[in-house]
Amino acid sequence: MSDLSVAAEELPPVAPALTVSSTDVAVEMVDVNKWYGEFHVLRDINLKVMRGERIVICGPSGSGKSTLIRCVNRLEEHQKGQIVVDGKELTNDLRKIDEVRREVGMVFQHFNLFPHLTILENCTLAPINVRKMPKREAEDIAMHYLNRVKIPEQANKYPGQLSGGQQQRVAIARSLCMNPRVMLFDEPTSALDPEMIKEVLDVMVGLALEGMTMICVTHEMGFARQVANRVIFMDGGQIIEQNDPVSFFTNPQHERTKLFLSQILH
Amino acid sequence: MNKPGSAFVRDSLLPARAPPPNSVGIVGWMRQNLFSTPLNSVMTVVILVFIVWAVTPFFRFTLVNAVWTGEDRQACATATGACWAYVKAYLPQFIYGRYPIGERWRVDVVFWTLVVGLIPMLIPRAPYKRLNALFLLTVFPVIAYILLTGGHHQFSGRWIPNSWMSPSPLRFAVEYALVSAAVFGVSTLFSWMSGRPITGSWRTLGFILGAFAIVLALVSLDFGLVPVETANWGGLLVTLVVAITGMVASLPLGILLALGRRSNMPVVKLASTIFIEVWRGVPLITVLFMASVMLPLFLPDGVTFDKLLRALIGVALFNAAYMAETIRGGLQAIPRGQYEGAQALGLGYWQMMRMIVLPQSLRISVPGIVGSFISLFKDTTLVIIIGLYDFLGQIQASANDAKWASPVTGLTGYIFAAMVFWAFCFSMSRYAAYTERRLDRGRR
Ligand SMILES: Nc1ncnc2c1ncn2[C@@H]1O[C@H](COP(=O)(O)OP(=O)(O)O)[C@@H](O)[C@H]1O
Ligand SMILES: [Mg+2]
Repeated sequence: MSDLSVAAEELPPVAPALTVSSTDVAVEMVDVNKWYGEFHVLRDINLKVMRGERIVICGPSGSGKSTLIRCVNRLEEHQKGQIVVDGKELTNDLRKIDEVRREVGMVFQHFNLFPHLTILENCTLAPINVRKMPKREAEDIAMHYLNRVKIPEQANKYPGQLSGGQQQRVAIARSLCMNPRVMLFDEPTSALDPEMIKEVLDVMVGLALEGMTMICVTHEMGFARQVANRVIFMDGGQIIEQNDPVSFFTNPQHERTKLFLSQILH
Repeated sequence: MNKPGSAFVRDSLLPARAPPPNSVGIVGWMRQNLFSTPLNSVMTVVILVFIVWAVTPFFRFTLVNAVWTGEDRQACATATGACWAYVKAYLPQFIYGRYPIGERWRVDVVFWTLVVGLIPMLIPRAPYKRLNALFLLTVFPVIAYILLTGGHHQFSGRWIPNSWMSPSPLRFAVEYALVSAAVFGVSTLFSWMSGRPITGSWRTLGFILGAFAIVLALVSLDFGLVPVETANWGGLLVTLVVAITGMVASLPLGILLALGRRSNMPVVKLASTIFIEVWRGVPLITVLFMASVMLPLFLPDGVTFDKLLRALIGVALFNAAYMAETIRGGLQAIPRGQYEGAQALGLGYWQMMRMIVLPQSLRISVPGIVGSFISLFKDTTLVIIIGLYDFLGQIQASANDAKWASPVTGLTGYIFAAMVFWAFCFSMSRYAAYTERRLDRGRR
């Protein structure tokens, strides 16, 4: 991992080259609190993500990073505060939840591909059944994205026949097939063998370069330096610190951030 | 081969030497598998002796000393082997029961339609699986019902008071329309409360209610078939009707109950759990007895309910409870990530279950489901206690017939019953094993 970080340090950050909307809000969280039973996982989270922004969230294990991004597409329910995604507030209204999930793609640590379906079927399932797209069109789109993640030749295999890195790229393609407006990544490379991390990060960088709105939980600091507009540090369910990547890495403000960075960058 | 410089390259292999005599062939196999250690040798001998001791009398009875031909009990009166002549004489009864002889072709047509429909279904490579399944689950039951009972069912309606409308098919149609409207109303209310769009469920509901109306219309048509009461059905016909209806009904019911028991909605969960636990806590005999003796006591006067139908409902519900637990086991094996992957893509609950969760979990449950089917098949013999003559019941009844009474008649009948049941159950078990291997191979 540190090899990669070093390599990426030499790359110029791509962020300034891309436009971030100053008026169009993609995700907004206001005073969000969440409990698991008695356990207070998220405390007064305030976060505004503009369209085109790329956010990296890091922090020690158990700090609530996954819980935070899973609240964005309501895989987890928050108990207090407001979450507005793409102009729709997440409440118990199932219709709104469905609408939000349609527009928000998510990539998981363990890929969560459907093992009984081929790669192509994994990619066309949602467009056909959720977007009601004709099969032929869905397959064309799927092949387009499989080409983008550089595995078109695997289309008719099953997930179990692919390597971890390939599976994660399929998972990204599967999300992209729904043409999402926001992409969430929850530690997409932590379950991968080191030699496969780069192929997945490359795809994510490519996506960032196209201006996709991204919220990534990751400890790949090279990736954060290269593409993030903002790095957020979480601990104990709180956002401790957020800053642009250069300031975040060179000049962290809080003790806990310094401690965390010293652990992760060595 | 004789290029310069290659003189030392061997261009033909030495002939293989024969392996040591004791390691190949039958002798070698026996040494390796039967007599590899002293203990193994002793076990082999003991078990062989036991098999010979147990099986020889069986073959002596069923084959060597058996009586194959004869007209009545004289043939078997002094026999010391099976009386196959009796089985031959009674075979039609074992198959059809008291189904009128002139109408038995109807049973045959149903049976062969089923066979023709089922075989391509069971062959994985045969095409049109969807159409095939649709035929077996929708068209075939209607055909079977009309042929077996004779159709021409007289619907007359029940709830609208006679003073408003006299009993007639029209009154029934009006009642059906009213019930349909009520179903639409309730479902609209539910969709409105849950905030889901209703158009999709309306279409589904309309389709189901419409299809059901067509079935009812078909069943009430007069095809000129003589009605045959279920009281006259018997033998293998009853066994297969009870077993197949039980299987076909218990699978979807079991799936719904299993999903219900894992639901987040407390009422649905509680209701499913109670249903499952109640049925699982009661012996099938009790269920059948209640269905046949007690149910009529609770029903209003004049409402009759076919005895076979009551047994079918009892068997289906009883097995649905077991099926639910088998299927729930499979559902539990599906990791949470699969649900989350599906939800994150925007799939709704039923889409997620139908396309992601159930296909995987049912695959895991295949052995359990087939196990349930096999015990269901054997449990059908219990319908005899409510006076239905299934295959075994028919055999039992005929063994007492004076015309064939002999010391070996009963025993022959039971052996025959056992062989037929075994053939059915063993085929199911083998097919399941084959399916399991096939599903294991390709994926995962
Ligand atoms: N379903 C759950 N029930 C109870 N506690 C949970 C659940 N999921 C996560 N937690 C707890 O919430 C905390 C935050 O979890 P998570 O968001 O997964 O952290 P991170 O992704 O930062 O490692 C952890 O302490 C974890 O044990
Ligand atoms: Mg996590």
